[in-house]
Amino acid sequence: MQTLTNRAKPVDRRPMTFMEKMYIPAIAKGMGITLKHLFQRKATVSFPEKKRQFSPVFRGLHVLNRDEEGRERCTACGLCAVACPAEAITMEAAERKPGEEHLYREEKYAARYEINMLRCIFCGFCEEACPKDAVYMSETFAPAMYQRKSFIYGKQDLLIPNPKTHLPVNNFRPKKYNSQT
Amino acid sequence: MTLLSIDWFFLIEKILLISGVLVLSLVVAMYSTWGERKVAAWIQDRLGPNRAGPMGLLQPLADGGKLFFKEEIIPTHSNRFLFILGPSIAMMVACMTSAVIPWADTMTIAGRQISLQVADVNIGILFIFGVVSMGVYGIMIGGWASNNKYSLLASVRAASQIISYELPMGLALIALLMLTGTLSLKEIVEQQRHDLWNVVYQPLGFFIFLICAFAECNRTPFDLPEAENELNGGYHLEYSSMKLGFFLFAEYINMFISSALMATMYFGGYAYPYMDKLGLSENMLALTGFLALFIKTLLFIFLFMWVRWTIPRFRYDQLMRLGWRVLIPLALANMLITGALVLFRHH
Repeated sequence: MQTLTNRAKPVDRRPMTFMEKMYIPAIAKGMGITLKHLFQRKATVSFPEKKRQFSPVFRGLHVLNRDEEGRERCTACGLCAVACPAEAITMEAAERKPGEEHLYREEKYAARYEINMLRCIFCGFCEEACPKDAVYMSETFAPAMYQRKSFIYGKQDLLIPNPKTHLPVNNFRPKKYNSQT
Repeated sequence: MTLLSIDWFFLIEKILLISGVLVLSLVVAMYSTWGERKVAAWIQDRLGPNRAGPMGLLQPLADGGKLFFKEEIIPTHSNRFLFILGPSIAMMVACMTSAVIPWADTMTIAGRQISLQVADVNIGILFIFGVVSMGVYGIMIGGWASNNKYSLLASVRAASQIISYELPMGLALIALLMLTGTLSLKEIVEQQRHDLWNVVYQPLGFFIFLICAFAECNRTPFDLPEAENELNGGYHLEYSSMKLGFFLFAEYINMFISSALMATMYFGGYAYPYMDKLGLSENMLALTGFLALFIKTLLFIFLFMWVRWTIPRFRYDQLMRLGWRVLIPLALANMLITGALVLFRHH
């Protein structure tokens, strides 16, 4: 049989020798190993104080993108919702009214855009499906919350801050830990 | 001061000493739980408790507080009296053994010779043996009174384990007694102070005693009475709140006392090399002696933990075979050889 690694050892079924039956050398060896581990570097990351670096391909919570002028890029085409294998994305489209050109990039926009973070499997298909570069996955993960409904992220949770105004615009409200709403 | 033909200073001195030793063993037992978790974590490449206080040092207080506030449950079909008696015996007996251990040499305070040993009885070792084997009654009564199959099985295991390992332990000690010729722990230490430590003369005896001490304290690899994954926790399955705490605490006190005992009998107790050549005053000598004994004891406690996180539990038949077919013949051989050598030296 072909082995996967070259570390495989055949099982030794010979009866134990006297030295082996004494167990003392084996126990001493085992205690040597545990003593070595006592001084080794620990694998634990003390979480709230230290955060582990995410890998460059990490897929976290979604964000809805704006263009350079601060207009929403999403046109509510629904391709992300179709691509989503977990059916986590819901949206409602609306037509842009005259005078709203500074808010929405194209004539159609998403009036409602919700992602259920409990359904989402963070596969990244929505990101790939989006033709307008509107939905991206960030490097944060969902915080712990007390209620299921707080995991349904609406537009105000997903949209990034407006780069024109640079202020934390009132329609951007990052979810807080232990949010009761 | 003698009043009503009672030496009151003697009484106060002993009461202070007893409370000191009790507090010491309780604090050491408390911090053994912390140490145990730290050692376990380090061996498994983790950090261990580090949230309560600096380095997690307040963790034992948090654990104790939690146990006190837990709901007290006494099962309906249990024997109420015996159910409460079990952990009480376990705890009381665990605290009693510390009485004969000489913690240090005599001190002189305000012109009075104060021996840092609660009772220097001339049958010290016998006393410890008698008291320690009573400790298993706590486990047996507790397990029996729980009216639970697992607890009962655990107490049967505990009883037969104590019987099997008390024998080689006693035989190993007889060899030691042949060498020292005394049962008083204080005299054993004094002999080691002016001579080599007993472990040099009795390496095999010490090893047998060590294994039996592990078994008597119900520590891994001999923790069959409280095997979590076989018996759901064993004899303390039905216990909650501080009664459970007493059982667990008694185990740690036993560990501390047997560590102190091993250090006293085989590793020189409060004596350390060149202690008489340093030219220290009597009180300083007693203090450094106590420190030496304490460090030795802590090293033994560490050994207990180190072994626990290295070796898996024995199967029950392996436990019995090791006790009866390996340790007892070995201890007998050790005793015979020691006896022959002692006889040879005298002639």
